[in-house]
Amino acid sequence: MSGFDDSLLNEADETVRVRFVVNGRKVACEVAPRETLVDCLRDKLELTGTHAGCEMGACGACLVQLDGRAVHSCLIFAVQADGATIDTIEGLSELGAIADLQAEFHRRNALQCGFCTPGMLVNAHELLSQTAQPSREEIRDALSGNYCRCTGYEAIVDAIDAVASERMKAGGAGGGVT
Amino acid sequence: MTAPLTSLDRPNSYIGRSVPRPNAKRLLAGRGRYISDLRLPRMLYAAFLRSPHAHAKIVSINTEQVRAVEGVHLVATGTDLAKICTPWTGTLDHFKGMTSAPQLPLPLDRVVWAGQAVVAVVAESRAIAEDALELIEVDYEDLPVVVDLDAAREAGGALVNPGSVNNTCFRSQLDNGAVDDAFAHATHVVEEEFSFGRHTAVTLEPRAIVADYDPAAGMLTVHHGTQTPYQFQDLYSRHYNIPEARVRVIASDIGGSFGMKLHVYHEDMAVVGLSILLGRPVKYVADRIESFVSDIHARDHRVRARMALDAQGEILAMDVEDLTAIGAFSTYPRTSVVEGNQVIRLMGAPYRFKNYRATLEVIFQNKVQTSQYRAVGHPIACAVTERLVDMAAAKLGLDPFAIRAQNVIPDGAYPQTSPTGYRFEALSHQACLKRLHEMMDYDGLRAEQADLRKRGIYRGIGIAAFVEITNPSPAFYGVGGARISSQDGAILSLTPSGEVRCLISVTEQGQGTEAIISQIVADQLGLAQEHVKVITGDTEMTPHGGATWACRGAGIGGETALQATRALKRNILEIAALILQEQPSALDIIDGQVVDAATRNQRMPIAEIARIAYFRSDTLPPGTQAQLTVSHHFAPQGYPFAFTNGIQGCSLEVDVETGLIKLLKHFIVEDCGRVINPMLVDEQLRGGIVQGLGAALFEECRYSDTGQLVNGSLADYLVPMPMEMPDIVIGHVETPTADTELGAKGVGEAGTAAASACVLNAVNDALAPFAVTINSIPITPLKVLTALKRF
Amino acid sequence: MKARAFSYFRAATIDHALDAHARAGDDARFIAGGQSLVPALSLRLQAPRLLIDITHIDELRGVRREGGHLRIGALTRHCEMLSEPLIAEFAPLLHAAAPFVAHPAIRNRGTLGGSVALADPASEFPAMILALDAEIEITGPSGRRRVKADDFFIDLFETALQPGELITAIYVPLFRADQRFAFDELARRRGDYALVGCGMLATFAGERIHDIRISYLSVGNTPTRVRGTEATLIGSRLDAERIAAAQAALEGDLAPPESDEVPPAMRLHLARVLLGRLLGRLGEGA
Repeated sequence: MSGFDDSLLNEADETVRVRFVVNGRKVACEVAPRETLVDCLRDKLELTGTHAGCEMGACGACLVQLDGRAVHSCLIFAVQADGATIDTIEGLSELGAIADLQAEFHRRNALQCGFCTPGMLVNAHELLSQTAQPSREEIRDALSGNYCRCTGYEAIVDAIDAVASERMKAGGAGGGVT
Repeated sequence: MTAPLTSLDRPNSYIGRSVPRPNAKRLLAGRGRYISDLRLPRMLYAAFLRSPHAHAKIVSINTEQVRAVEGVHLVATGTDLAKICTPWTGTLDHFKGMTSAPQLPLPLDRVVWAGQAVVAVVAESRAIAEDALELIEVDYEDLPVVVDLDAAREAGGALVNPGSVNNTCFRSQLDNGAVDDAFAHATHVVEEEFSFGRHTAVTLEPRAIVADYDPAAGMLTVHHGTQTPYQFQDLYSRHYNIPEARVRVIASDIGGSFGMKLHVYHEDMAVVGLSILLGRPVKYVADRIESFVSDIHARDHRVRARMALDAQGEILAMDVEDLTAIGAFSTYPRTSVVEGNQVIRLMGAPYRFKNYRATLEVIFQNKVQTSQYRAVGHPIACAVTERLVDMAAAKLGLDPFAIRAQNVIPDGAYPQTSPTGYRFEALSHQACLKRLHEMMDYDGLRAEQADLRKRGIYRGIGIAAFVEITNPSPAFYGVGGARISSQDGAILSLTPSGEVRCLISVTEQGQGTEAIISQIVADQLGLAQEHVKVITGDTEMTPHGGATWACRGAGIGGETALQATRALKRNILEIAALILQEQPSALDIIDGQVVDAATRNQRMPIAEIARIAYFRSDTLPPGTQAQLTVSHHFAPQGYPFAFTNGIQGCSLEVDVETGLIKLLKHFIVEDCGRVINPMLVDEQLRGGIVQGLGAALFEECRYSDTGQLVNGSLADYLVPMPMEMPDIVIGHVETPTADTELGAKGVGEAGTAAASACVLNAVNDALAPFAVTINSIPITPLKVLTALKRF
Repeated sequence: MKARAFSYFRAATIDHALDAHARAGDDARFIAGGQSLVPALSLRLQAPRLLIDITHIDELRGVRREGGHLRIGALTRHCEMLSEPLIAEFAPLLHAAAPFVAHPAIRNRGTLGGSVALADPASEFPAMILALDAEIEITGPSGRRRVKADDFFIDLFETALQPGELITAIYVPLFRADQRFAFDELARRRGDYALVGCGMLATFAGERIHDIRISYLSVGNTPTRVRGTEATLIGSRLDAERIAAAQAALEGDLAPPESDEVPPAMRLHLARVLLGRLLGRLGEGA
């Protein structure tokens, strides 16, 4: 009556089939219920641009977009995401959705080792989709869960700030993007 | 009239230019290739059972249940690995009397810190390996634990190494001039005891290694997230008895290093052994919790220091005692004594006094090892010196800038030898001081501070001058008997298409090594930068060298590239001269074209020279053998180190009700000699400063009375995050070293060297109206409120 | 740092979820946002046989007015506390506290019901529903009940929830024109667990406080109301003297736990400072 099959209880760690739309493509894969989304993306789908830095949601290296919102892929099991749409750094790059952010990060060297960078970009992308022209304080606040040991953060803030201004200008010239 | 041309106006003049890093685009697209990303055929995964005790005898280990677990391939204890791996000892010959116990990948009969790896499991996944760990039974018998520094030094107290007389690893003394006499005749003496918390590197990518032993070829390949592949090639070869030429270490993209990833770790050595035992690739990536208990920690010093001054504020002498606790072993191969050694030798470095005495005592305790981490020893020496200078200034009624201006070694007075024995070639304290004063609008900040104080807002301004050690010569590790190279090597080729490939021994961890090497090569050869490909981090491809640490990448690696490029250019022009029937000296290369040196008229592309040399050598004069690949090594000579200097300033606000500190702005004027890429230099400074600011306000490895690390996670160990960090204003003074053609010194540690000292001075400045002081780092709300007696 | 093996069941209805829990012999955990539960599983601090995903149960969603209350579905995410107009209007204290809850990506996933069910004494929302005099709607094998927040939080991570029960909604009395609220916290870094946090909701009769509820986070084993302190404020204007009296009264209400980094006396001091600042804001008509 509940759709619950008791045999499930005896099959811990048996893999189950999950389906996602990852970076615009339908994929299916076999995962154990205990496998986190970040491990699934990296190991099963070979999307290694998403990084695991702390496995407890404290560093932001594993951020991906899940149904359009930035989430920690280390804080969700792959089975929970069954049926969801997931966009990773690879997909956002190939789509060109963050090309201006990437170019500005590159121009200002807003990265060093690059391990935090995918998470930073996913978060910056989310911020700018919600707040067109955030203040520097708002940028720092939005990134407050993204750890970078290398840069000192300032160049990252500068890059996001600059892209926000550029997008505003471009929007203005094109008659206003809302 | 046009402005006069500068060297940057020449074609291909990349030295001094802010060009983006070519390899950064990959990382921005999520196409980095970190060791933690690597998966090889038949690869297995290791996990380690760790000691819950800080000091205990291993009575027995029962692994029976594990062997039955599906997916488990190997369970190994210390005994298993000791059969194939020889022990190592973390001492250096020139630290006379230094001791440390021999180490093995896994312990045989005793654990010496909580978190030490005890048993290894290799399985088909990390999750299965962790399942197996839960089934291992280890019977421990507690031994007395040495945690506290004072308890460690108590006669008759508990011992980290039961056979030894005491817990002393090393003692050292320096005594120059007439210290007692100077203090006896001083008008003013300031004295303080300082403490510096333990902290750790917290690279965002944890330590990662994939060891791949092929028994058929007798070949070990190790993909290793390290700064120093050649050092590890040597160590794996010697400790596992594999010929050096059959050991290959590959360091691809590395997610942060900061000195932490050049030490030998027990797990890493074990993983090599596990791969040898299995004949299959074995991967180990430390998780964050493991990183906190097994990566090296750093600092952990208690310093008692005093400074003597005359009536005019002239510094006469310093007398220093540094006590530092380093954990249960000294790390290998660089030792855990280097930090203390640099603390006592960098004290007072910017100033011209001559009377100096210091004692260093290095103590064992039951914690994970401390060792080299960004700005080794610098932040301690800088904070102690600069705080004493500020205390003296307050006593004398002098402004912090004024007392420093009075006491720094004048810019024109070099070379100088410090009372601690360091030889300085040329530093620029006066120029830096003056520049910082202007840059931070010091007088304006002081006026604002006075104004706000009337309204109950307590701002502080702090400055701190520093000297940084870069470009170490063989006078250090080489003399100490460690097989750590101070030279670097490069192999440069003109490719058949007229591009240049540079294989070089310095490595890349994100600081921009590959970018600056390509800038130097392009600049020196006369080629567009995009036609230079730099390859690093593979002992099978790149020549042996020191790699990247101690701020040597630009200074030594850069000079190696420069000299190698000049050699290649000579060879190219020799062939060009034969083809063009000219003297080589009459020719030059600009933008990939051979030109007449005098007129710059184009004669032929270097691609054409390559084509002829590689495919139509029959058209060259008989006896000509074109040498379009050169190999070149460079070892620093002259000064044993290339010292750099600078001064930092900061403005902050202390909430005296809550003890919370808000960093408002940070400033630095720095002199790293020839700047190759200003943008990358600035990024090194900013990142280094923020690492120092973390130490100043947040970071500390806290231990319980029983030696348990109580804040070993990223939720509990507070790293600096974006919201709390200030914007940083940067200025440069350039005093190139004359020891090299390039003139570059290092810059990676300058930011970290003085940032915490700056904050310490600023906090004390903010609290001055309350007549309380803080001399302990990190400066927590607890320390501020305790000093202010708010509860 | 990989979780022990478990089975996973995605429930379509509340009944399905409850039934699955019972069939697993209560060796099961409900998972919603999972922002606290997943790390606990990864660290093997918890290892249930079964994980029951409740995030696809439509009945647990939505925010709507119901009589004098705002009914906030248990699955309402932290980010919705910021974006949902009904919350901004009728439960502004939750709106004000939301930016302090961890970081944006955590807020995109974490849920109100999950936060209240976990009852972390350092979390913002449990303390705030206490300040709001909210009621927690609980559904279990024996039916549905509503528990006042005052009766919900029992001890450290211990609540009125029985094994197999599920929070289905939070009922918050609608914010009124004669009320004022304030929230703030003291934390070393943005998004960290606070050293001390406090939220308050006061009903005014003119310039005098008619009623006030003050709730602290990070001061003890549970979200903590300070009733003695509240009592000193009833019927008063918020002048300096009255605020000082309230600060003095805190000592009787709080008994912070031992801690190396924040000793009890320091936490009490910080609680006083925060109280003074928040009452000051309230007095200014915050």
